[in-house]
Amino acid sequence: MDGAANITAAALLQQILVGLSRTTILFIVSSGLSLVLGVLRIPNVAHGSLYMIGAFLTYSVATLAGGGTVGFIVALTVAPLGVALISFVVERGLFCHLYEREHLMLLLFTFSIMLVFGDLVKLIWGSDYRSLTAPLFLQGSFSIQGFPFPRYNLFLLLVGPLVAAGLWFLTNKTKIGKIARAAAVDREMVGAMGINVSWVFAAVFVIGCYLAGLGGALVAPTQNITQGMDHTIIIEAFLIVIIGGLGNIWGALLGALIFGLTDAIGILIWPQFAIVFPYAAVVVVLLFRPKGLLKSTW
Amino acid sequence: MGMEKEHRHLIFLGIPVMAVLLLLPLGVSRFYVYLVSLMLVTGLLATSLNLVLGFGGMYQFHHAVFYGTGAYALALVVTKTGWPWWIGFLAAPICSGALGLIMGVITVRLSKLYFGMLQISLGSLVWAIVFRWYAFTGGDDGIHGIPVPDLIGSSTGAYYFTLAVSLTALFAMYRILCSPFGRTFQGIRDNPERCRALGIHVQRHQLVGEGLAGFFASVAGALFVTVEGSVFPDLLFWTLSLEIVIMCLLGGWFIFLGPMLGAAIIVTLRTFVGIYTEYWTLVLGIVLMLLIFFLPEGALGLVLRHREPAAGSGKEA
Repeated sequence: MDGAANITAAALLQQILVGLSRTTILFIVSSGLSLVLGVLRIPNVAHGSLYMIGAFLTYSVATLAGGGTVGFIVALTVAPLGVALISFVVERGLFCHLYEREHLMLLLFTFSIMLVFGDLVKLIWGSDYRSLTAPLFLQGSFSIQGFPFPRYNLFLLLVGPLVAAGLWFLTNKTKIGKIARAAAVDREMVGAMGINVSWVFAAVFVIGCYLAGLGGALVAPTQNITQGMDHTIIIEAFLIVIIGGLGNIWGALLGALIFGLTDAIGILIWPQFAIVFPYAAVVVVLLFRPKGLLKSTW
Repeated sequence: MGMEKEHRHLIFLGIPVMAVLLLLPLGVSRFYVYLVSLMLVTGLLATSLNLVLGFGGMYQFHHAVFYGTGAYALALVVTKTGWPWWIGFLAAPICSGALGLIMGVITVRLSKLYFGMLQISLGSLVWAIVFRWYAFTGGDDGIHGIPVPDLIGSSTGAYYFTLAVSLTALFAMYRILCSPFGRTFQGIRDNPERCRALGIHVQRHQLVGEGLAGFFASVAGALFVTVEGSVFPDLLFWTLSLEIVIMCLLGGWFIFLGPMLGAAIIVTLRTFVGIYTEYWTLVLGIVLMLLIFFLPEGALGLVLRHREPAAGSGKEA
């Protein structure tokens, strides 16, 4: 803990901003997980794999489209849609036949998807890591009190609220969102109203997975795209969803904030074991609120 | 539960199996002795998971953390202190049992999927610490060439030691499940609300179950070190945990020896698939998918159901 004495206000501010941009990614990914959890009641273990596929697809599409600003924008649009398409095929082809089974079987099924996707990614993209540079207008950084703050992180800080607003609109103002929320509370009743619950599930599942893909696409320029990024993110997303309250999208936002900020500040205080800080925060939250901060849907 | 009935079937099977296990090192090459040792270790691990998963109805999704903690406890005692090996072997179950209780205190307040997800997360913290603490645990390199006492140093010696310890542990677990505690534990699985209404302290039973599962998992972990002579962070990674769940599912988790069979199948598959391809997880994923679709009660469950239709009915979690 020797570094503790050297922390300046500016470094703290910079680290908080970095933490907030990390929060954006975490929020996007875990809100997707939370959506699926809330409506389908399945912790989709393959969510992290879809995030990884999103990142790899972003790399490939951006490269195919010639790179640069155009390539990046095309990739950012196409890659998450590609992930959504994959999830749609999996859901309609395999998953939807299992909805009557117990939760444990469903969870194990998503685990089998994760295993298969993990190796498929290795087959398609090889074991090397990839890296993608952000488009020119998002490269570089500007200074905050003498510390550099990457432009791309600012972009992430703008995207985050946009996604949150979009999700709010989707769940509160659209018909599918209202049906999905009703199905989360009482799926038999929704079925009795003459609504095809299976297709509602499909829609929610695909939207959730789209968010995983979007998270992967957004994270692509900020880190190496590697095998194993699926494992890391899914654990983080699980934690976030747990402290936020299962199935509650705003809980996911709150959880992502807690996780991202404690992680960022932890890096400042004790770099080697920064990971301990968010976990400690989670344990503290759960000691006082075992069911998460906000009301869970189940 | 029909445990006695199932017991009757298996006792006839048990004698020849025991004979084969005892005579094995005389007849086969060292590789197969090693493979069977690994099966016993993994089988013990899977059975210890099943103690809480199949018989307790607890969604123990991160069981490997106890296995790995046991393995690391032994490895660290042997390599970092001058204490005898046997102290390390005793330290393993104590450490993991304690970890099981600590994690249990936080997790048993939640139920089912909530419990499982929190457990994955907390276990991953233990993994992350082991993974990053280079100075103490060797980080992602792990610790290799851990010395083993001369008595059990040869592959045959290690095999007989593994056989003796794992059979003792299996017997102990079986006795626990047949004890009043074990009966209550299974009752909680079938109907927690009714048990609570009867005045049974559900969470306390689950906490004890958690500690016991951790205890036996770490015995398996310590045996792994005996057989393999090394530890590495993958031993407590959560994908291994879900792999153990698959073993229980594959063998049949409403049957005491089901996980043992599942572990034997998975260990064999992994060893031989590994010769031909590096894409073992792809194979495992497909095996799991097929299991879920076509064989949800496991291999042993299927066999028993065909032998005695009544044994297959009336079970569900």
